Amino acid sequence: MALYLIRRLMQSGFVLIAMSLLVFLGVYAVGDPVEILISPDADQEERERAVRALGLDLPLWHQYLVFLGRALQGDLGRSFVFNEPAIQLILQRMPATLELAFGAMFISVLIGLPLGLYAGLRPDGRLSKTIMAGSILGFSLPSFWVGLMLIMLFAVQLGWLPSTGRGETAMLFGIRWSFLTGDGLAHILLPAINLSLFKISLVIRLTRAGVRETMLMDYVKFARAKGLTPFRVTFVHVFKNIMIPVVTVLGLELGGTIAFSVVTESVFAWPGMGKLIIDSINVLDRPVIVAYLMMIVLMFIVINLLVDLVYTLLDPRVRLEGKA
Amino acid sequence: MSATTAPRVETPFQRFVSEFFASKLAVVGLVVISAIILVAVLAPWIAPQDPYDLAVLDIMDGRLEPGSQGGSGITYWLGTDDQGRDMLSGIMYGLRISLLVGVGSAVLAAAVGATLGLLAAYVGGKTDTVIMRLVDLQLSFPAILAALMILAFLGKGIMNVVFAIVVVEWAYYARTVRGNALVERQREYIEAARCLALPPRRILFGHLLPNCLPPLIVVATMQIARAIALEATLSFLGLGVPITEPSLGLLISNGYEYMLSGKYWISFYPGIALLVTIVAINLVGDQLRDVLNPRLKK
Repeated sequence: MALYLIRRLMQSGFVLIAMSLLVFLGVYAVGDPVEILISPDADQEERERAVRALGLDLPLWHQYLVFLGRALQGDLGRSFVFNEPAIQLILQRMPATLELAFGAMFISVLIGLPLGLYAGLRPDGRLSKTIMAGSILGFSLPSFWVGLMLIMLFAVQLGWLPSTGRGETAMLFGIRWSFLTGDGLAHILLPAINLSLFKISLVIRLTRAGVRETMLMDYVKFARAKGLTPFRVTFVHVFKNIMIPVVTVLGLELGGTIAFSVVTESVFAWPGMGKLIIDSINVLDRPVIVAYLMMIVLMFIVINLLVDLVYTLLDPRVRLEGKA
Repeated sequence: MSATTAPRVETPFQRFVSEFFASKLAVVGLVVISAIILVAVLAPWIAPQDPYDLAVLDIMDGRLEPGSQGGSGITYWLGTDDQGRDMLSGIMYGLRISLLVGVGSAVLAAAVGATLGLLAAYVGGKTDTVIMRLVDLQLSFPAILAALMILAFLGKGIMNVVFAIVVVEWAYYARTVRGNALVERQREYIEAARCLALPPRRILFGHLLPNCLPPLIVVATMQIARAIALEATLSFLGLGVPITEPSLGLLISNGYEYMLSGKYWISFYPGIALLVTIVAINLVGDQLRDVLNPRLKK
């Protein structure tokens, strides 16, 4: 196990270094680094001084090592627009994004699980067929457009919910959260629904497949033969067993949800890190772009590592494969 | 072609066609796709207005509701945008760009992915490991993120979007083709080709590739739909195509600011066009997967 862990950690480290090299090349080699790192209104002399101070006269490999060294100390440059350390900017906006992503996860379970359960228990019913057709639509609808339509329907036409922003926030552990106030909840509802559409479809399909498989198992047949009520069979015997794949897949989807919130945040002007990166790309605030990319890559590597480790703990077959 | 009417043996292609047409939904999808392609190709001749010709546009006709009549007597069935552009014409021209980017990038990605997949399966060893590690890496990052990363560095533009989509999608093709090629490699005809000392290139592309085509076609169909959706999303975010070449995504994005004042049609109709295109391609893709899947063959 220790050996596997070390190997896996080394792999992750390798991926991280490879990605940092890519990001470095993208910013420092493709674009003109002087333009990126020095404010445009600096004069010639100032420029040269800055070039030397930033080490841009050094060979590229040397520059990369310097970049890597700074990144390891948590220094990824300062934003041109906000004149704050880029990392700090991103960390400030992270709670809003996490809140949205978890809200979307919650909604997808809340809606997807009962619908999937129904479709699995009555696979030939008319309603089940409608649910399954709807889930196909959830996969192919362009999410940003659905977001616009939600705004149009619920915010503009009906006027029930606010269209953009985060609303009132309340402090908890020194961080501002929207879900703690009524106004904040009203603001988060539409974006969270929009972000959850794809995942609702996913949960419906997983649950339905799980229910249909589990219903054929001997222990379910036995439970029914014992004369247990259908309610007890469904919610105790079947439900417990289908939760494992659903929870696993949702855990895997968390990273994707955070990444995809870029789109939802842009539609609903939700002030999270996704909106920040889009704005930064549009004004070419490169330090923030680099910092965002490095942070999100790091996050993905950690999530992938955790998932692999949890699998190893749960499933001994993976462990054996790792040793071979 | 032949004049004889003797009962013929059904060729695999004929069987494929008859099986495909067994599903009504897939036929509907195919008809819709054909109509969309026809509209996109013929747009310059059938569109009521040339949305790029500034001389035709009348700014006074800006943001008219669907069905209203313009100053020059033209009826705007789907309304106009802020420039007084007929939305119906805009959508027809937008379809051209969306389809071009979607199909073009999916085909390019197929070429890159299939080549690497074949190489991985045929050469094996270190080559296989390296290519498949890259595939794993690519698939562990969400498409939107990888595309964002590339466009953040390269900036917007049609070629950059195509490049980003190719980078995002090649891994799916590589994985599919490798899986299939690993099985096919063991077959006698490959052994025969090797005994004939044919050059590896000929074995790969002349013998191995044609036998990996069915799953490749299925993946390609699905990936075209994904590519179109991804391009629309990127263009909506302002990272995709430039304003001089408005795809459906960009049209939707243009209507965003007018949405809050209740002018829904500028975003609504291009979105419907996008939705219908994607759903139709997926319907056809679903049926292709069922028909071409060897495991479901009797």
